[in-house]
Amino acid sequence: MKVTVDGVPTVARPGQTVAAALIERGQTSWRDTRIGGRPRGLFCGIGVCFDCLVVVNGVPDVRACQRVLADGDEIRTQRGAEL
Amino acid sequence: MYPDVVVVGAGVIGAACAHALTAAGCAVTVVDRGAPASGTTAAGEGNVLVSDKAPGPELDLAMLSRRLWPALADELGDIEWEAKGGLVVATTEAAAQPLLDFMRDQRAVGVDAREVPAGLVHELEPHLTRAVTAAVHYPQDAQLQPVLAATALLAEVTRRGGVIRPHTPVSTVDTGRDGRVRGVRVADGVIPCGAVINACGPWAGDFARAAGVPIAILPRRGIVLVTAALPLVVRHKVYDADYVGAVVSDDAALQTSSVVESTAAGPVLIGSSRQRVGFAERVDAHVLRALARKAVGLFPVLATVPVMRAYGGFRPYAPDHVPVIGPDPRLPGMWHATGHEGAGIGLAAATGRLIADLVTGAAPVIDLAPFRVDRPAVLEAA
Amino acid sequence: MVVGAGPAGLAAARAAAEAGARVRLIDSAPSAGGQFFRGRPDVPPVHPKVEHLADSAVWHLESVHNGHTVRVRTGPADAPVRRGVTLHADALILATGAYDRALPFPGWDLPGVVTAGGAQAMAKGHGVAVGRRVIIAGTGPFLLPVATSLAGTGATVVEVLEANGPAGWLRAPRALLAGAGRLGELAGYAKALAAQRIPYRTRRTVIAAHGTGRVEAVTTAALDNGWRIRPGTERRIAVDAVCVGYGFTPQLELAVAAGCRLRDGFVEVDAAQATSTPGVFAAGELTGIGGAKLAAAEGTVAGTAAAASVEVPRAALRAVRQGRIFADGLAAAHPIQDGWRTWLTDDTLVCRCEEVTLAGLCDALDRHRALGVRTLKLTSRVGLGPCQGRVCGRNAAELAAGHTGGHYDPADTARRPIAAPVRLGELAEEETVEEMNGQA
Repeated sequence: MKVTVDGVPTVARPGQTVAAALIERGQTSWRDTRIGGRPRGLFCGIGVCFDCLVVVNGVPDVRACQRVLADGDEIRTQRGAEL
Repeated sequence: MYPDVVVVGAGVIGAACAHALTAAGCAVTVVDRGAPASGTTAAGEGNVLVSDKAPGPELDLAMLSRRLWPALADELGDIEWEAKGGLVVATTEAAAQPLLDFMRDQRAVGVDAREVPAGLVHELEPHLTRAVTAAVHYPQDAQLQPVLAATALLAEVTRRGGVIRPHTPVSTVDTGRDGRVRGVRVADGVIPCGAVINACGPWAGDFARAAGVPIAILPRRGIVLVTAALPLVVRHKVYDADYVGAVVSDDAALQTSSVVESTAAGPVLIGSSRQRVGFAERVDAHVLRALARKAVGLFPVLATVPVMRAYGGFRPYAPDHVPVIGPDPRLPGMWHATGHEGAGIGLAAATGRLIADLVTGAAPVIDLAPFRVDRPAVLEAA
Repeated sequence: MVVGAGPAGLAAARAAAEAGARVRLIDSAPSAGGQFFRGRPDVPPVHPKVEHLADSAVWHLESVHNGHTVRVRTGPADAPVRRGVTLHADALILATGAYDRALPFPGWDLPGVVTAGGAQAMAKGHGVAVGRRVIIAGTGPFLLPVATSLAGTGATVVEVLEANGPAGWLRAPRALLAGAGRLGELAGYAKALAAQRIPYRTRRTVIAAHGTGRVEAVTTAALDNGWRIRPGTERRIAVDAVCVGYGFTPQLELAVAAGCRLRDGFVEVDAAQATSTPGVFAAGELTGIGGAKLAAAEGTVAGTAAAASVEVPRAALRAVRQGRIFADGLAAAHPIQDGWRTWLTDDTLVCRCEEVTLAGLCDALDRHRALGVRTLKLTSRVGLGPCQGRVCGRNAAELAAGHTGGHYDPADTARRPIAAPVRLGELAEEETVEEMNGQA
């Protein structure tokens, strides 16, 4: 299964969440906060904390730990508050 | 002149009254059955509006309040005061002319209202729907954060020597042999005073009844939707034109009209519904849907934005939809300041000033006859 | 209708189906099992007569005169294109579970600091380790399986730190007897730790995380009985991941929306798992933290009682009774002590979403005299971000109470009428209503 992460082609396994794929490729953060610009990645891992937000196929505010990857998904770092 | 005043209710109206009274030299105690600014004030949007009011007493009150708020905001520090202006838009042919007529009437009494030519409306609001049939810009409309404002007013009251007593329910008002107010009764005794201000918002009717002087104040449910934080999407307070109809309506059924605005903190607020369901705390899904539908209609770009939460509150209204501000003729020393419905945040500054004028015997700056307590809608319906 | 397909929800759905009810099981994950059975081969199958709605988030719950209306979005998590449906149920079983409580400390928002449950989900669900050199800190027996899972994915677990003392169990001898089976399970984990030479230390925890852009090291320290730091015991350890877990917080929003009465932060239930709201039952961690076995027993009781046609099996009732005694002992042995509040510095974030620091929180308390939860939220912005206080609500309430001496009810932070995020366009859609033909 092929997806892109910030434009870079990446291989992912079916059933993998966005967060699992990102951590597996060695990435620990994929968002920065809107006030302090602090890097954020996985925290609660079960959909509660909303820290792992990421842009999927152009839509921001997707929980990386909950979203299961689909073939062709475009994953992008979320910069603060995005529309 | 009443040297000792007890304000019952520590919402924005009670806070503004206490603030104005302490400025006038009164010794003030503010009591609230809960935490300050945790009821109707905490469920408000922070509207300081002139745009939604037709010429009449409430618009006079709103204009006075709009003159007073900037100085208060300067004094109080950060209350997220934003004189961002309002933009009222009609999106159907039928709604266009009534909006323009409404604007003309408002201009005649001094409201700054400017028709926005079709070609320029998207310069004011780039993301606004293309289906605009008329638009009016109201530069005087403003916004503030209600809880910051109320708590800052109360902090200033404390600084001036006033006393705030949270979690202190008042059971009734004590009167002397002369029939005048001489104190309020609380769990651990009586707080002596010469005057009581009933600023209990939607619960003002309950307190008035407990004091033996019932007034007709009813709750109306209002729900506001809050989106995730966004970059600046909405620059003004943007409303659809039927808001104007909803405010003065007496219809028990649900009414909604979109009031969409970005906040200083990032989220977009979408309000507000008006629903008569007593004090039921529910957040009905059909209300949420109606609000969302109108917001997406005004700003299609918001369709993919997450909604984080919804909050509801109760807004106090009198059967004739005019605030109640003044002395109770049945009980000397008792004053009411309630019935502001969804406009209490905006009208608080003027209400506080007028109550202080009345209590201290100064001449009020506007005619208070329309707000008097002894009008049929307030006394007979109680 | 059963919400949540973990051990409690699966058992409830099965019991209700076997009692003859028509059952729908709604869960946000793609497959049933919940956090406990994630990635395990022994996950019980969904009963064939149960209709399982996977990938489905319940975002709104309304009690109506003849039952409950539940609004669901089905599809990829947080996608704006999910299908919406409105379902009606005569009886509702809430089995929404719990999530790890994380206590704030300097650096806890650095990437690489995760909850124990988060690390477990990655390890068990995806075979992915959250780091190569990992330290685990917190309190409670759940830290042990997390350590073995992490070791199983090839990570080096530097040490496991239990903030409480080792003698906690002596205070609850009845619980020891009641939970003999569970204790054996825990002893198994402890053995596994020993076999892999993973140090397990008590009365010690992680009090700070350090790093630029991600965690690179932690400071650990010994704690006194009240969890205050013992000066001079600090040690710096290089790690690339930290897992923290200080017990669990129940996922309360649907129970609160249904008007269920709470007790000590959990949903109050009777012997039949019925809540204070007629027709609403609760099972599993929502009613108290007790592990998968107790959750399943409660589910069986709730499912049978909700179907209302057969008697609740006595074995299940007995299992619940025994399980609760054990759970109470567990809770007594792993309390959260107030001393954690002293780990924070002024610039430590209390609310991760809105980036509210301890100093910001105290400023709102002092300057605005924020005397209630609602006022505190609206003056400090704590709990107003996307997580809606799920992570910070209890911590902020306890910090506020400590600072002012006032009362801040953490349950007030669980009032979330929109129980799961929906996109505005989804909310605006015309709704599709499906009736359940008068069955549970």
